[in-house]
Amino acid sequence: MRSDHSPRTLRPADEHFVAPLDETPLREVDAVDTTAAPRSMWGEAAHNLIRNPVFVVSALLILLLLFIAAFPGLFTDFDPTKGDLGVSNQKPGDGHLLGTTVQGYDVWARILYGTRTSLSVGFFAMVISTVIGVVIGAFAGYVGGWIDEVLSRVTEIFFALPLVLGAIVAFTALSSGVSTFTIALILAVFGWTNIARITRGAVLSVKSQDFVTASTALGAGKLTNLAKHVLPNAIAPVIVTATVNLGVFIVAQATLSYLGLGNGSISWGSDISDAQPALRNNPMMLFYPSVALAICVLSFIMLGDAVRDALDPKARKR
Amino acid sequence: MSATTAPRTGDQPASAEAGALLEIRDLDITFSTGSGPVHAVRGANLEVYPGETVAIVGESGSGKSTTAMSIARLLPSNGKVTGGSIRFDGKDITSVPLGQIRALRGSEIGLVPQDPMSNLNPLWKVGSQIDEALAANGVAKGAAATKRTVELLEEAGLPDAERRAGQYPHEFSGGMRQRALIAMGLAARPRLLIADEPTSALDVTVQQQILDHLDTLTAELGVAVLLITHDLGLAAERAQHLVVMYKGQIVESGPALQILQDPQHPYTKRLIAAAPSLASRRLVSTKNGEAQDATEQAASGATGGSVAVSGRATDGDAPAGGAGPASGAGPAGDAGRGADAQRTREDTVISVQNLTKVFPLRGKVPWRTTPFTAVDDVSFDLRRGTTTAIVGESGSGKSTVAQMVLRLLEPTSGRVLFEGQDIAGMKGKEMMALRRRVQPIFQNPYGTLDPMYSIFRTIEEPLRLHGIGDASSREAKVRDLLDKVALPASMMRRYPNELSGGQRQRIAIARALALDPEVVVCDEAVSALDVLVQDQVLHLLNDLQSELGLSYLFITHDLAVVRQIADHTVVMEKGRVVEHGSTDEVFHDPQQEYTKRLLAAIPGGSIPLAGAETIEVDVDTDVPEADGARGDDREGTDGHHPLGGDPEDPFSGAGHV
Repeated sequence: MRSDHSPRTLRPADEHFVAPLDETPLREVDAVDTTAAPRSMWGEAAHNLIRNPVFVVSALLILLLLFIAAFPGLFTDFDPTKGDLGVSNQKPGDGHLLGTTVQGYDVWARILYGTRTSLSVGFFAMVISTVIGVVIGAFAGYVGGWIDEVLSRVTEIFFALPLVLGAIVAFTALSSGVSTFTIALILAVFGWTNIARITRGAVLSVKSQDFVTASTALGAGKLTNLAKHVLPNAIAPVIVTATVNLGVFIVAQATLSYLGLGNGSISWGSDISDAQPALRNNPMMLFYPSVALAICVLSFIMLGDAVRDALDPKARKR
Repeated sequence: MSATTAPRTGDQPASAEAGALLEIRDLDITFSTGSGPVHAVRGANLEVYPGETVAIVGESGSGKSTTAMSIARLLPSNGKVTGGSIRFDGKDITSVPLGQIRALRGSEIGLVPQDPMSNLNPLWKVGSQIDEALAANGVAKGAAATKRTVELLEEAGLPDAERRAGQYPHEFSGGMRQRALIAMGLAARPRLLIADEPTSALDVTVQQQILDHLDTLTAELGVAVLLITHDLGLAAERAQHLVVMYKGQIVESGPALQILQDPQHPYTKRLIAAAPSLASRRLVSTKNGEAQDATEQAASGATGGSVAVSGRATDGDAPAGGAGPASGAGPAGDAGRGADAQRTREDTVISVQNLTKVFPLRGKVPWRTTPFTAVDDVSFDLRRGTTTAIVGESGSGKSTVAQMVLRLLEPTSGRVLFEGQDIAGMKGKEMMALRRRVQPIFQNPYGTLDPMYSIFRTIEEPLRLHGIGDASSREAKVRDLLDKVALPASMMRRYPNELSGGQRQRIAIARALALDPEVVVCDEAVSALDVLVQDQVLHLLNDLQSELGLSYLFITHDLAVVRQIADHTVVMEKGRVVEHGSTDEVFHDPQQEYTKRLLAAIPGGSIPLAGAETIEVDVDTDVPEADGARGDDREGTDGHHPLGGDPEDPFSGAGHV
């Protein structure tokens, strides 16, 4: 500790400067603004979301797609399952908005009805995979120890199986006549791993936070803590991933039906496949369902992006 | 903006002639943020002369680092100098091309950053990082640089420098890394060294060594130092010239001692009054919630003058502290705070006996672990209505003890007795009952509250968990608790992310008090707070103690805080208790070398301060009030815990733990 305060300085007379008082009025220590409206994390996220154009555009698109999936008949008079060979291979116009296929199906009608298959497979697969992933990931992360080791290895095994390849094998093994739900289930069984990994990571980082310890010290049990503190704080990245996954499952479903593995319901993938032979003469037959698929997947990926921005803890003021 | 009003502007040419190394005039710095421009620094004036140490003091957000970083043009990309000038060595460098600034960096202006943990590249050997600094400034290259690096590390006080230069940062301790960073900062022999909180991440004894070394080194080399710190005591001790910043403005500057002894600006006064390293006495709460210093107690004549000894050791009144154990424990013996003790005759609320915790550490092979004794045979008692502080540096095992007391960790051996009952065997209902009576407050105000919970839900959670009351009675209780921690009831509907650190900590206190506990374990509860806020929270804790008869187990690394809040002190080093006794004894008559070193390292401890006299003057005016607070009045106010008929205050003779 330096005891001498003898200046080793060239400073001329060191005068004592005091700022005029009125210049920086003293505020109360630790003052708080009690006027602004209180805002929860979700409230703030919602506030950020509706100001994000990416969210607005993707949300509107998804709403539109949902509406089409629910009431495709409102947008067309044609039956997508009724081929009229008399109007085979028509150009757009003439009553057929996007023309007709070789079989005489109305392309526009098939696209509209295909939305239903894509969205329902995507949605069910997303829900099932999220449930599987969250349960396994949360359990592994929260309990830790050898249970974590085992569950993590199991997750990695499933992670190593390619989604589409796994689904193809499963389909081949099953007899024909699978329902939409079965398709979703098959996709979910091979597609839950990223949810599990993300949940596990988020749970691991949340469970070591002081507020969880504080809750334990207040007398809360392990499961109470998991349900009331850990999971709600770990769920944000899971929501983001699940949203993006929905798009991935839609693509996977299209891939499967392109390969002829479907339940015969109208699907963009099988339409793309059907349009392939006529690619040279009538490339638009392939183009339209592809565009529908792209718009649909893009909307969900954009939604995921926007939700990520809104839930990003770094973007929130601490 | 203060240029015209500042008295110093008049002699600007004169100071330029005298050769100020660094001269900042009317500096404005603006950050452009999402919510508009923020004026981080406004009209700052400051000079640094060759060879002197100037300290900028302020709390977080005061603009002290921003000012310093603007000199070497190291502001974040959204920050800009929007007015005024920075002259280095007589040359205006405010708006010269970046190339010229780059030439100054390192060779003329050195920098020692704040966080030694993140400022060294973990992929590079420490030596090669200094080599790089040498090469970048054209000092030396190749083998010459390597040789010079070893010299520099030696100079920075790193033993076995040659071997150390070949090691990676993770092989260094925090103090060693900071030494390496100092070596790097001084590598090219700059004329100005900017040290931005160089030791705030380090233990207090390490901090002292490093600063001592930095002092000698810069004195030898004639390097001017611009020291940025939040610690007024440290600043006053290390610098000749002090600059106090508040909300982006310099509110006071001048000779360090003069500012400390005769602060003019109300903010500086406030800062000095709050600085724990300068404060010296146990806080004593009065009935109306205002806390005063223990000296007043002395003045009131209740326990005699010897209590005043808890003041600074400089005046040679230390022997008085040892004069009698009875008076030495003056604050502890304070009748009011012992209120709860009379209710039950048992005065020891928590007794820690031979507590040991051994952690298995992963060894060289994963299946073989090496035992690591984090806590080794620790014993102490916590008396009802008093505060026992466990103080130690990082790795001393103090937090592990706290966790075992809270039963968040199971001890390897030894016992924790709560009112004579071993907590280890408790289960179910019994355990819930214990949880109600022993509550923690944690260090990090940002981590301690669930961000998803509103303040109401946070404070209500313990009531709900224990099934206490119905919705409306719980709400009333939450209001009452918020009132206790001096927050408006309108706060209930808010979320933690809207609150400041100090407010969050007060919410954490309110939550801890929701179950009317008897013991509160404060694990570094004020360490993360700015000094003024810290002061406020300490006073609050103290007021609550006197109001509710709480017992605190206070875990901290900060001896200065201990002096303010604790009646008994347990000093821990490497898992062992090295010394324990009443706070006065430990502070005035430390028996162990380690304790002495810790005490000597409190920054600002050696500065003769006019504060003591000032406070005594205050005392005279306040005597009646202080007297009342200490006397019978408290019985009346403390309705929850009426003083029983036990005339014997078990604390009056409590000198030793």
